[in-house]
Amino acid sequence: MKPAIDVVRLARHPKRPTSRDFIEYLVRDFVELHGDRRFADDPAIIGGIGFFADIPVTILGHQKGRNVRENIRRHFGMAHPEGYRKALRLMKQAERFGRPVITLIDTPGAYPGIGAEERGQAEAIATNLYEMSGLRVPIVALVTGEGGSGGALGIGVADRVFMLANAIYSVISPEGCASILWKDAAKASAAAEALRLRAVDLKELGVIDGIIAEPGEGAHEQPGEAMGHARKAIAMALKELLVLDEETLVRSRYDKFRRMGAFTLDDGLSGLI
Amino acid sequence: MLNRLFVQCPQCQTTHFISFFKSAHYVCSRCGHHSRLDPPHWIRQLCDRGTFRSLFANLKSLDPLRFPQYRQKLDAAERAASGWEAVVTGTAEIGDMPVALAIMDPGFIMASMGSVVGEKIARLLEHAADHRLPVVIVICSGGARMQEGILSLMQMAKTAAAVRRLHGKRQPLITILTDPTTGGVTASFAMLGDVSIAETGALIGFAGPRVIQQTIGQKLPPGFQTAEFLLEKGMVDIVVPRKHLRATLVGVLKIHRTRPYPFHHGGGE
Ligand SMILES: [Zn+2]
Repeated sequence: MKPAIDVVRLARHPKRPTSRDFIEYLVRDFVELHGDRRFADDPAIIGGIGFFADIPVTILGHQKGRNVRENIRRHFGMAHPEGYRKALRLMKQAERFGRPVITLIDTPGAYPGIGAEERGQAEAIATNLYEMSGLRVPIVALVTGEGGSGGALGIGVADRVFMLANAIYSVISPEGCASILWKDAAKASAAAEALRLRAVDLKELGVIDGIIAEPGEGAHEQPGEAMGHARKAIAMALKELLVLDEETLVRSRYDKFRRMGAFTLDDGLSGLI
Repeated sequence: MLNRLFVQCPQCQTTHFISFFKSAHYVCSRCGHHSRLDPPHWIRQLCDRGTFRSLFANLKSLDPLRFPQYRQKLDAAERAASGWEAVVTGTAEIGDMPVALAIMDPGFIMASMGSVVGEKIARLLEHAADHRLPVVIVICSGGARMQEGILSLMQMAKTAAAVRRLHGKRQPLITILTDPTTGGVTASFAMLGDVSIAETGALIGFAGPRVIQQTIGQKLPPGFQTAEFLLEKGMVDIVVPRKHLRATLVGVLKIHRTRPYPFHHGGGE
């Protein structure tokens, strides 16, 4: 198994397929939709409608840039509140017309800035978690690169969650963790290990449903092959989910996230306070 | 800090008699700084005397990632907190009205949300849904508990979904945002209150001020991320000093106690 820090580097590889590449590969007749109807169109999240196989779907995801210029414009895939609100608008629209939703996760985290706080970054993410937990159409999430904390989860409450083999998903970046723990961002390698942020770790912790294989060194070498595996996994998931009635779908999603966590019951302590 | 004869305000360093300080709700009479309180103090601030009944107190944290120093950190925090975790949950009466109540403890690893906090909040919300109780949560948190990795992040989804379940039974969530409310807790149940009440001067936000400053490379405006700032930006309903908190809460609870007309769906899911 690769050291965690090597996987972190692959997950952030500049040539790694982005959400736009996935959308082009997975979806036919794609129509991109823009804006949250409240403030702006956030270029850090893209989304729209199209056909996956013969199924009309809504597909959306974080969008990183291919070069420095585009990355600056797209805030390196770090969304503002309007990005999460655009995502929610598209998901509610999908629900209205009975379309399943596919989300693509690839972000260092939600954007930390003055405007983001002023416009309610926390509220936007919280509302997405709340609404996604009750959305009455299937949701399939795919962590394609970086699953950075609340900014990733903000479009990640799904019936099936998959990760590419060299993607990461974590509560905090290894650098952030290292600087808190050891006051030294250079110890990111140890922090990456400790956080257990690889796809194999998440599978073991019961947080994701499946791992999408990547060819050779990583998805950047032959994007088509990795995306082909992703297509198969999504197709299989939709096949299973589209036969469920709405009640079962929403209840199963609730139960899925409800089970996550690790704790013990110590009955000697009850009623202490 | 609160067990001696005198206490010093952490903001302006004024020394107060503990007895005066107590009757001032642990708020500095000089600068208005609101001291952070532990759950037993909050219970005395908010609940009718002797009505608090603890629920889910037997949930204890594990170290699922075998994260460096986490076990020692937990042991120390548990000793200091006499057994409870970063949140205390139960039922109580406030102004003779029954409520489900959760109080987060800044003394316990900065009230960070790990599996136990998420599970206790979710169980309390489900309990309240089943028993048709309004929920009051006194919030304070440094965010997600890094030492539980991805499992702590998933508590955000779990708690937000549980708020939805509460709403399915037409019961309100009343959040009391205290200093500091940040990170994953803000971005989940803290921002989902039907009525959100913030304490005067409390720091409330998603990203920490230091992270924002590093990212944008400029100084933050004065008062940024204070309760008053959030009120101005439309992110909270009410900002009150602690001495008016209980009365404000009672007023809000009263209005939610009676139903003006029967609902169409009878409060189903
Ligand atoms: Zn003072």
